[in-house]
Amino acid sequence: MRRRILLLLVLLAVAAASVAGASTKDVRLSLVAYSTPREAYNQLIPTFQETQGGDGVSFSQSYAASGDQMRAVKAGLKADVVALSLAPDVDELVSAGLVDAKWKRQSYRGMVTNSLVVFVVRDGNPKKIRGWNDLIKPGVQVVTPNPFTSGGARWNVMAAYGAQRKLGKTDQQAQDYLLKLFKNVVSQDKSARDALQTFNAGRGDVMLAYENEALFAQSRGQNLPFVIPRSTILIENPVAVLKTSEHKQEANAFLRFLRTPAAQRAFAEQGYRPVNKAVARQFAKKFPARPGQFTIDQLGLGGWARVQKRFFDSRNGVMARIERQVGGNTG
Amino acid sequence: MIRLVRRLGLRAIALGYLAVILIGPLSLVFYRTFEDGIGPAWDALSTPETVNAFKLTLIITAIAVPLNTIFGIACGLAIVRRRFRGKGIVNAFVDLPLALSPVVVGLSLFLLYGRDGWFGWLGDHGIQILFSLPAMVIATIFVSLPFVAREVIPTLREIGDEQEQAARTLGANGRQTFWRITLPAIRWAVIYGVILTTARCLGEYGAVAVVSGRLQGETETATLRVEERYESFDLAGAYAISIVLALIAVLVLVAMTAIRPKEEAA
Amino acid sequence: MSTLDVSARPIGSAKLQSERASTALSVGLVTTYLTLIVGLPIAALVFESTNGGWEGFWEAVTSPEAVAALKLTLWTSIAVALLNAVLGTITAWVLVRDSFRGKAIVNAIIDLPFALPTIVAGLTLLALYGPQSPVGINVAFTTTSIVLAMLFVTLPFVVRTVQPVLLELDQEMEQAAKSLGASNWQTFRRVVFPNVFPGILSGVALAFAKAIGEFGSLVIITGNLPYQTQVSSVFIFSRIESGDRAGAAAVAVVLLAISFGLLLSIGAIRHYATRHDR
Repeated sequence: MRRRILLLLVLLAVAAASVAGASTKDVRLSLVAYSTPREAYNQLIPTFQETQGGDGVSFSQSYAASGDQMRAVKAGLKADVVALSLAPDVDELVSAGLVDAKWKRQSYRGMVTNSLVVFVVRDGNPKKIRGWNDLIKPGVQVVTPNPFTSGGARWNVMAAYGAQRKLGKTDQQAQDYLLKLFKNVVSQDKSARDALQTFNAGRGDVMLAYENEALFAQSRGQNLPFVIPRSTILIENPVAVLKTSEHKQEANAFLRFLRTPAAQRAFAEQGYRPVNKAVARQFAKKFPARPGQFTIDQLGLGGWARVQKRFFDSRNGVMARIERQVGGNTG
Repeated sequence: MIRLVRRLGLRAIALGYLAVILIGPLSLVFYRTFEDGIGPAWDALSTPETVNAFKLTLIITAIAVPLNTIFGIACGLAIVRRRFRGKGIVNAFVDLPLALSPVVVGLSLFLLYGRDGWFGWLGDHGIQILFSLPAMVIATIFVSLPFVAREVIPTLREIGDEQEQAARTLGANGRQTFWRITLPAIRWAVIYGVILTTARCLGEYGAVAVVSGRLQGETETATLRVEERYESFDLAGAYAISIVLALIAVLVLVAMTAIRPKEEAA
Repeated sequence: MSTLDVSARPIGSAKLQSERASTALSVGLVTTYLTLIVGLPIAALVFESTNGGWEGFWEAVTSPEAVAALKLTLWTSIAVALLNAVLGTITAWVLVRDSFRGKAIVNAIIDLPFALPTIVAGLTLLALYGPQSPVGINVAFTTTSIVLAMLFVTLPFVVRTVQPVLLELDQEMEQAAKSLGASNWQTFRRVVFPNVFPGILSGVALAFAKAIGEFGSLVIITGNLPYQTQVSSVFIFSRIESGDRAGAAAVAVVLLAISFGLLLSIGAIRHYATRHDR
């Protein structure tokens, strides 16, 4: 009898200890992300919390435009994990001393999802828009966010420029293409979502958008047929842990989780191209690879650091010059 | 006859103007909210995040409106009834907040309270301003500052100060004069000023969005929920939340015009 | 009658001193509040705008895109202020003096442009007066759409600043004028207008300031084409997004300076127009 009581007491003690151990892990991670993956993370976070690494971890979440979030974190918004829409936004945080410069050395060079620049067209594609050459035809009206008010819109510009280079055009010819393209642009909204509203309201024949945005809109009942051109840029979305995080262990566990096949499948179901090659193969039908696909580091583009300076400098950049030529003439 | 034509003409102009600029858009908001039935609207309004967002909006409004009302009355009295140097500058400063776009308001608050801002050191001592209630209140006070003052000033000029002078000669002190003579005389100005200020606080989006950090369930106001619904392609939900904001504003107007003094109701 | 006609009353110097003290106190409180709430942020902006030195300031402000946006913003804001002066006054008059079915409802909804978040304002204007307009008016993506959006957000101003004045206006003066043979127009011009003029000016100043700073409701319906339909507020945002805080602050400061100048002028006009009341 005494032995049984002893056994019971030991069991109780072990149980108490394990419960205590679990509850001392009450960690709250702050996720600061750009606006589109909200749905995706709403699904991923509960899944993460069921894994060992995510046990006892709660999340505070914030979603807004990538640039806005980057500036907020710089101004002191507490974050453990940032998930932004393009690498330069994370590099800004590196310059501010908030993210380790080695973030790109994570798996998949710091990226967690991919997408592509695509053409959203009208029902039935009456103007038969299939490739970049169709965009510069007379009478074709193009909608794209403004690359200076929307960091993400820079993907569109580089897709257009890079596609020309992929076709074998010279740098000058590719710039001439950009000029012709922007002469056909009828709306340069401040963000991708605003551009979508403009397009939905009836403006333009084609909109330059991101595949995951178009897929998300479709999943929400929006009628948005799109065409993927033969040559287009691979959009790569980064995640990183902050140097100032007080829960680096859990934050890194979350990042590792995001790259597991389960998480990558969840991303794929939400319209993002997985970085995990095996999962990407599983979804090959949903996400066909394009023969002319390229990244910001290929075709001699030189990566974002070089591209930002060359194309998007507000005074001397290629795009600044093109906007002047397009707008100043008629404005 | 000519008088009737003139009256109808003015009425037509006013109503035509309002129809194009105000009634048309409002009707469309109503229509779009209930286009697909009451379901999407109700779904958007009943989530706990939205309820919390309304609470936060009301808290911020409840702080900003009284402060700006007191300021507005004091400012109006100072400018109209007192003599001092620099009146013109103070006067112009009162309207200046409106001239800043929300982006610039956000930027200026970052410059003041951000990590490397003028008062960034407050954060090191545990005083959280940005991305928390204080910054949201400051931003809201900023954008809604001028309205009570701007209403009170023309009315104070219009009514003149004979009654106040009379009260003084009869022996009333400053406080009595204010509460019994001045304040009742400017009641409509104060009422309309408070209504405008409240409506503005309810509908504030841009500046508060920037300084709030948009922490889900913590620093989201009703207008930020509108944005969230917009981003999720739930326009009916976005409009539903906006309609509730508009209704609150109308309720405030009804309440304030209903509590006017008895002699007015005759 | 002057406001502080202390010489006409036989009071002791103690009362005079307490008048002066209370003036100092009330003015002091008002300016302290203004300094804390308005002065500090503006000072921070001015300071930031000089971050790139005077060359940086000058370059940011004289860049062709900045100048184009500024011109567009200014002329549309002035047009909107003037439109508000006329239409807002008429609306206030009709709301106070006229009576018709539904007037109370119309009066109640005047402030709603304030209570609606700017996204909703922009979207509805786009739906109503854009390519899919149910009433056949399509002005989206033109400069007219800028004026339209600005009119929407400034509608309550002149209406609400003139209404209280009209409500307090003693109608006996107008009746006296009419009984002396004045026409409606003469009565308006000489009796009513001078009294509501300060209210109109107040509302115009507010409308102008608001129109200059408007962002959210403009941003979708205008199409935001640089040099053509891009207003200063969006241009400033593009500078911030490009990491150029100093340039953004510089353009904002110029816009502020112009607004300040115009507000001072409007205040001076009001001062001059009401000189007989002092």
